[in-house]
Amino acid sequence: MSGHSTYEPKSGIEKWLEKRLPIVRLLHDAGVSYPTPRNLNPLWTFGGILAMMLVIQIVSGIVLAMHYASNSALAFDSVEGIMRDVNWGWLIRYIHANGASMFFIAVYIHILRGLYYGSYKEPRELLWVLGVIIYLLMMAAGFMGYVLPWGQMSFWGATVITNFFTAIPVIGQPIQTLLIGGFAVDNATLNRFFSLHYLVPFIIAGVVVLHIWALHVVGQNNPLGIDVKSEKDTVPFTPYATSKDGLFMVLFLVFYAWFVFYQPNYLGHPDNYTPANPLVTPAHIVPEWYYLPFYAILRAITFNIGPIDSKLGGVLAMFGSIAVTAFLPWLDTSKVRSGRFRPLFRIAFWLFVAAVLFLGYLGSQPADGNAVLYAQVCTAYYFAFFLIILPVLGFIEKPKALPNSIIEDVLAKSKH
Amino acid sequence: MAHSDTTAEPTRRDFLLLTAGAFGAVGVASVAWPFIDQMNPDASTRALASIEVDISALQSGQSITVLWRGKPVVVRNRTDKEIEEGKAVKLEELKDPIARNANVDPSADATDANRSAKDKENILVMVKVCTHLGCIPLDESGEFGGWFCPCHGSQYDTAGRIRKGPAPENLPVPVYAFTSDTKIRIG
Ligand code: HEM
Ligand code: FES
Repeated sequence: MSGHSTYEPKSGIEKWLEKRLPIVRLLHDAGVSYPTPRNLNPLWTFGGILAMMLVIQIVSGIVLAMHYASNSALAFDSVEGIMRDVNWGWLIRYIHANGASMFFIAVYIHILRGLYYGSYKEPRELLWVLGVIIYLLMMAAGFMGYVLPWGQMSFWGATVITNFFTAIPVIGQPIQTLLIGGFAVDNATLNRFFSLHYLVPFIIAGVVVLHIWALHVVGQNNPLGIDVKSEKDTVPFTPYATSKDGLFMVLFLVFYAWFVFYQPNYLGHPDNYTPANPLVTPAHIVPEWYYLPFYAILRAITFNIGPIDSKLGGVLAMFGSIAVTAFLPWLDTSKVRSGRFRPLFRIAFWLFVAAVLFLGYLGSQPADGNAVLYAQVCTAYYFAFFLIILPVLGFIEKPKALPNSIIEDVLAKSKH
Repeated sequence: MAHSDTTAEPTRRDFLLLTAGAFGAVGVASVAWPFIDQMNPDASTRALASIEVDISALQSGQSITVLWRGKPVVVRNRTDKEIEEGKAVKLEELKDPIARNANVDPSADATDANRSAKDKENILVMVKVCTHLGCIPLDESGEFGGWFCPCHGSQYDTAGRIRKGPAPENLPVPVYAFTSDTKIRIG
């Protein structure tokens, strides 16, 4: 859809720049004249919201780093100092800590949107894979950020997660020692996590550029999942998409601000206000809410599978549950993109959403009794959805008739 | 190699390309290594390799926990009952039948004697880090009267052997030695 550019340099400075660095043309093509399908619904505003959240995290993070000390003897107190002494420190920290949660809420909506409307299908495979990479990097950034305040959850979260590597036979232990820089999580770990926590968001920004570049080559998908056929199917990005994105960004910010100002610790864990203690593990350790479904998958594997013991099995299942999403474009065999025209897919999709939400709930509960069994059932469904249901549905499902074009569908609707 | 002459011998250019490539790869690897290895434990961390613990005040039924290489090490003076329980367990009942004791043969069985101190069967020294994902098990708790890990429910017996739950191995016994009757050097 990167058709030919409609930009005409007018002022003197634009003409001067145009010959040397056509950046105004780039911005015009990407943000003004870029054609967007005219039937996009509000779920398509989350891309913009995600970009906004990345900027908020980077700005608030850089400010926090001016007051934060990444030394195990000072870190906890420096964060308390941010909360009590630094001018507006409480606000900036709550913006950053809750911002991470908001970032994940937005990314989950964004991903499920793509899943439902088949946005990963040809020709958007690479766009989807870049998205999976961004999501993985976000998980890394969130995890390392959570270690920085050096509370009990920080410390034990870091311990449990870096111990995942010890499940790998032979090389696992040396890898874990290399990662944490010691025989246990300690100052060396905290220091490097801070360094990487600072770096990763900028890598994310780089991958986001590739993600948007790929998007602008293949064009946006839309709720009907059919290709744009003529200019009538689209509207220019400005003012149509910019104003809609702007509206939903503001609504999202209201939601976000409610947490920052009224429930700033609701999404966190009280144990993280206790300084890290390497001699005592809190009675019930849980990761941040956005990792809970994966944590439940990890704990669901309580049995050995052939030569793979339960510990390695759990770790493989957990990483596998994310890795499998990268292969989605090739696992889904249906030619029809949008779930709107796929009656069976729709059922499987909502069951999948339910399974993930339930896994999230189970991840927050102690792993005993029936909780483990339920987690095993949901984990089985999670993998079956990708590895069995989606490949098979393409062959057995009879999709509903697709409309001829976006504009026809839009006009038909507005007649009623 | 980018030339299409199928019959030709390798040329001087092929040779140059190969050697340049090989030297380049070795060069990159030898510069990359310091950038990877710097992440490993530094000299000051490695220097903390051994500590001394005084157990003169340790009564039967008591434990002390000390920090060694950033990890808690428990020294327990076991009661007679605990020793009996530890000895009564048959090897077939164990999830991990290997002693995991750095002071005995690596393939030794996980008998009570192979787990406890030599000639001092009441003393048990172990790194108190759950072999599942690294939490600290609680002393004197769990179904087997030994240790219980609160994180994902692993249960260890009175000789620190894994009996139930997701942990794969017995709690490891570090290298240690009695420097006198009441002093232990760990590491
Ligand atoms: C992808 C973007 C980012 C995410 C998801 C993220 C996430 C987090 C999280 C979850 C915390 C723990 C908050 C808490 O409970 O206190 C944190 C802390 C922190 N982050 Fe970030 N962060 C991001 C970007 C950045 C950037 C670019 C910097 C720049 C240096 C930064 C600097 C800090 C600092 C200094 C802390 C410690 C202070 C504190 O804990 O409040 N972050 N981050
Ligand atoms: S860390 Fe002890 S049971 Fe998982």
